[in-house]
Amino acid sequence: MIEKTLKGKPAYWIWLAFLGMFMAVGAVCYARQYLFGLGMTGMSRDVSWGLYISQFTFLVGVAAGGVMLVLPYYIHNFKVFGRITILGEFLAIAAIVMCLLFIMADLGQPLRALNVVLHPTPNSMLFYDMIVLNGYLFLNILCGWVILTAERKQVKPPKWIYFFVYLSIPFAVSIHTVTAMLYCGLPGRHFWLSAIIAPRFLASAFAAGPALIVLISLILKRVANFDAGKEAVNKLVTIMIYSAMLNLFFIGLEFFVGYYSGVPGHKHALQYLFFGLEHHGHVYNNLVPFMWTSIIFMIGSIAMLATPAIRKGNEFILGLACLMLFTGLWIDKGLGFVFAGFIPNPLHEITEYIPTANELGVTIGIWATGFFILTLLYKIAVSVEHEIEE
Amino acid sequence: MDNQRRKFLKIAGASALAGIGAPTLVKLTAGDALAAAKAPADGHGAAAKDHGPEVPAGIRLAMVIDMRVIAAKPHLLDKAITACNEVHNIPDFGGDRKNEIKWLWKASFEAVLTDKSYTRLSKMVQNTDFPVLCNHCENPPCVRACPTKATFKLEKNGIVAMDYHRCIGCRFCMAACPYGARSFNWQDPRPFVKKYNNDFPTRMRGVVEKCNFCSERLALGQEPACVEACEGAITFGDINDPHSEISKVLDKEFTIQRKPTLGTNPSVFYIV
Repeated sequence: MIEKTLKGKPAYWIWLAFLGMFMAVGAVCYARQYLFGLGMTGMSRDVSWGLYISQFTFLVGVAAGGVMLVLPYYIHNFKVFGRITILGEFLAIAAIVMCLLFIMADLGQPLRALNVVLHPTPNSMLFYDMIVLNGYLFLNILCGWVILTAERKQVKPPKWIYFFVYLSIPFAVSIHTVTAMLYCGLPGRHFWLSAIIAPRFLASAFAAGPALIVLISLILKRVANFDAGKEAVNKLVTIMIYSAMLNLFFIGLEFFVGYYSGVPGHKHALQYLFFGLEHHGHVYNNLVPFMWTSIIFMIGSIAMLATPAIRKGNEFILGLACLMLFTGLWIDKGLGFVFAGFIPNPLHEITEYIPTANELGVTIGIWATGFFILTLLYKIAVSVEHEIEE
Repeated sequence: MDNQRRKFLKIAGASALAGIGAPTLVKLTAGDALAAAKAPADGHGAAAKDHGPEVPAGIRLAMVIDMRVIAAKPHLLDKAITACNEVHNIPDFGGDRKNEIKWLWKASFEAVLTDKSYTRLSKMVQNTDFPVLCNHCENPPCVRACPTKATFKLEKNGIVAMDYHRCIGCRFCMAACPYGARSFNWQDPRPFVKKYNNDFPTRMRGVVEKCNFCSERLALGQEPACVEACEGAITFGDINDPHSEISKVLDKEFTIQRKPTLGTNPSVFYIV
């Protein structure tokens, strides 16, 4: 089926070349970082994780979000998702590849990465994260490929594949739960030390993943003549609304615990994110505009999606709402959540984090790589669909 | 204080002479602990073992920092920091907060002992810088977090150690440490090492490092560099040995540890 990626309209090739350009920029930036060290980034002794780990965290969610298609289709036999379940599985593949690339970009000694396998350490959450991420990647490649092949031959998929399909559902939940556990098991980082992190991650994942899939299916409808179907899109929008509302609810709970209890450790990071944190006469508030944008985007998009007249009448508005929701969740988890965990540092000092241009180059390069892979995979899926229709 | 130190060095020197070899201090104190365990003074020892609180086993090296001494002679702390930096080839980035590598450094009371009350601080506390270093926790979160066992607790003496050659530079330990004790080599540190100590390795870029309680000096029967440099302000030894100097200090003085509520059980104690 790989040969499907080799034939396409000029727009297809222009899009790939466009992504390839950013991939090249990313590769050059990474080479610079590799030769000099992570000092090329804006990270510091106090903020020791930055954009790479925050993108990783967010993208694990996008990958897990694919399960919102797999679960209704395979468990509840929700036939409407038949055409687009493959989109969820292939999105998971691209997202996990991005996750792994971000992890590699973040390592101080990338050539030693295999030490995680050579010296397995079951008390480290990163050990389990490695297992579930690679497991989920493998499951999605296997299930996506086998089922698509069967579809192409217009036969029923082999029975054994369903074992792996069902297995991929708890795996999807596990990747984001374990990723949350990277954070919420650390003593002394009060913002992360909260039992609601894993549920919150899952809620935002089940909104962000489907939002991206709806957005992409709207694009595919225009550029690739691939219609996901109105009913499928509507169902995905319902899932997104509930998940995004749950995410907001969980954020609200964090605010309640922090501000009603008045315990400083529970307030500091929220104060820093949303209002600015004062320390020795200086107010640190770099992320405040981002966080309010995130809140406005999330609430605004939920309102747009929940109003049938707005959503059903206009595909442009539907796409805009999905883009807003995805961006809002990205700021919430892909920026604020990780950066604010380091504010204040264990000695109650504040160092703000501002990514460098080189770091942004690597980050954009990895995102471009992910979308490059996604484009190829979706090209295959859509071509197979078209082949069947002919 | 001088007397204690002399005694310490004498025992350490003697054991080195006896040819016990590398981990002299360890074996020495282990011998004492063993003897104490084997020969309880009377029946109470056995009874306590059965019904009383759990008797700690093995060696646990720890440090008591007497802030009264440091308040009186603040230059001692600077001396200790300089000694640490020189012994361990710690690069000097000239106060650049992003890159700085710190094993032993100083900070205010509010920064070091963040969960202590500071509504009203005594003048001594307000005007004195406190030493900060790795706490060599009994229950270290950094060791729990490390995915490669590049940081680990030495069973023989409780020191939380690092293997710079195994560290992949994921910095999970830095996020896990509640004391901010860990530094990362954001770039090659070697050009920034002012004076080389050939007896201790330099580090490469991309790995984490921190205070090692001077394991390399203990192996030679020497005290940690900071303990030696600050002339009695710091007492160092095995707190599981009831007869050690440090146990006597801990029995006598009221001490505090950093962030005790986190359950890490630090091995660095402060007398304020």
